[in-house]
Amino acid sequence: MRSGPGRRSSPMTWRWGDRLALAFAWTAGIGLCVIAGAIVLYMGYRGIEYLRPNLLFSRPAPGKLQRESGGFLDPLFGTALLTFIGVLLATPLAVGSALWIAEYGRPTWLARIVESSIEVVAGTPDIVIALFGLAIFQLHLLAPLSFTASGGGVFGRSFVAAGAMMSLIALPPMFAATRDGLQAVPMHMREAAFALGKTRIATIRRVLLPSVRSNIATGVTLGVSRIIGDTAIVVLLLGETLRIEPQGSVPVLGLLRGTGSSLTSYVYENSPAGEGAAPQKAYAAAFVLLVFVLILNLIVERIGRSQSDSLGLTVAGAVV
Amino acid sequence: MLKRLGSPWSDHRAERLLGAVSLLVGVVVVVMVVFVAIHAWPTFQHNGLGWLGSGGNLSTQISAMGATNAHPPPSAYHLNAWPLVYGTLLITAVSVVLGLLVAVFSSIFIVELAPARLRRIAIPVIRLLASVPSVIYGLIGVLVLVPFVGNDIITSSEKASVQNVVQLTGAGLIVTVAILTVMITPIMIALICEALVSVPSSWREGAIALGVNPLRAILAVTIRAARPAIVAAAVLATARALGEAIMISMVSGGSLFSPKPIDGLVFLFEPLSTLAATIVNYHDGISAPALGSSLYAFALLLLFSAFVLSVAGYLIKLPLRKYQVRG
Repeated sequence: MRSGPGRRSSPMTWRWGDRLALAFAWTAGIGLCVIAGAIVLYMGYRGIEYLRPNLLFSRPAPGKLQRESGGFLDPLFGTALLTFIGVLLATPLAVGSALWIAEYGRPTWLARIVESSIEVVAGTPDIVIALFGLAIFQLHLLAPLSFTASGGGVFGRSFVAAGAMMSLIALPPMFAATRDGLQAVPMHMREAAFALGKTRIATIRRVLLPSVRSNIATGVTLGVSRIIGDTAIVVLLLGETLRIEPQGSVPVLGLLRGTGSSLTSYVYENSPAGEGAAPQKAYAAAFVLLVFVLILNLIVERIGRSQSDSLGLTVAGAVV
Repeated sequence: MLKRLGSPWSDHRAERLLGAVSLLVGVVVVVMVVFVAIHAWPTFQHNGLGWLGSGGNLSTQISAMGATNAHPPPSAYHLNAWPLVYGTLLITAVSVVLGLLVAVFSSIFIVELAPARLRRIAIPVIRLLASVPSVIYGLIGVLVLVPFVGNDIITSSEKASVQNVVQLTGAGLIVTVAILTVMITPIMIALICEALVSVPSSWREGAIALGVNPLRAILAVTIRAARPAIVAAAVLATARALGEAIMISMVSGGSLFSPKPIDGLVFLFEPLSTLAATIVNYHDGISAPALGSSLYAFALLLLFSAFVLSVAGYLIKLPLRKYQVRG
């Protein structure tokens, strides 16, 4: 990249203010790396200390003592299910609207509205999205989709409710990654396809979608890491049962209507902030969560390497 | 949906379908604003905008609201949420200012100063910091930093000095601000680095050729050229900081207390809460109409701030686009 400054003039000859600023820049940069390293190493240390294989394969159980309260099989499954629902709902929305914005986008004012509403979704705090979900799924119209009390009260809490709101927080990075990918496809590829007599939609299907596959993959990965890291939506919308509690007897539908927990809400509930106050369990679950996040980071980096921008710090749409 | 595109589609139909999908996102945003506003309405109806003001004891007000039945009298909606607004503003402002300072200088370090080997380490590390879930930050805060500050930093005389007003456990302003700063700095670094890279290096080299030392050249030329991006980064970080709920609810002490700068150094250790964190702390009582409506009013306020910040970010990016500097 660039040759660093300081080759010609030694900092020793600078004014004090400049030397101080130089020292601060080095401290800030290296300090952040040290903080990140400390977080990973500390979580790793605690994780290895407290994580036992049986924690991963046993269900949470009610129990006052640590060794009676089980593991986090259900939260693991909950995280997987929420991710699945969220990605399933968000991908068509994100890819569809990115295609429309990049390839059609008429009328212009409507395209601008759609783009700014995605920006609004990106800027909305997850806790507000969670309250919105609560309001929506408490409607009696949507009562079949969530946990309902015996008296007929609709609580609006279920895997469907939480997963639907998760799709909202996964949407912006997916949209941005896909749109940026489409905008980076050279115009002559489209023109060649049109010249061969392909329609617009056929061009999208045969030319554009295949060439932005890696961007969509980046977007989905970023969306997944948003979903598995989110706590507020799970705490408010998934009910606060550590175990997965299906509603009704229909197998899959009952599960989707049921309540449960995810890794994040398990950590939250077991921390001193929640009710459990079982720090060992919280550390172990947080370690597993951090490992997932690290893996997702690696995937983003691996995919991003082929399409990386100048620095590779913001892969397409990482910051929306 | 993608599978169904397999059959030959007319262009017109595809445009309609994709347009409808896009429009759905807009509809969701409108529905979101409408629903949150409807649920927040009783609070505004009974208090006007007065609920943003100070007065009375907020925790007794909130517990009174939580205790009401299904059809509370208008007096049950009485709320003066100033401590929360103040806490939100205080935490956000301090973290963004601190974070911005750190972010600008670390961006200089990453882009201009660091040897290539160090840069290759720093970039993934910054990206990792940005993607650590807030609950992990909160867990480290509540299990490591809070006990450390509570036991080793706060002296017992400091605890005694305010014991009639508030308990100092270590959870409070300084821990919250420290963690929040670490959480929002990487976002700013990402944006600022992109802008620094896109400033032509000949500008900086010109300044160096005129005899300015390299660091001063960076500060006076490169950073100056990237100013809109720096402001845009601050705006984005403000939005993140305002909305952070889980981490703050874990480490801020959750107390509905407003720290007073008059207390001197103890001010830094006093517990507080923010609007977003209060929603998490009191979500169990959301089925009580008065409390529920207040929580939705907090959410509406956050949503409104997000709108304002989003518009501000858009306006700031306009000059960026004009000069072809990416932000």
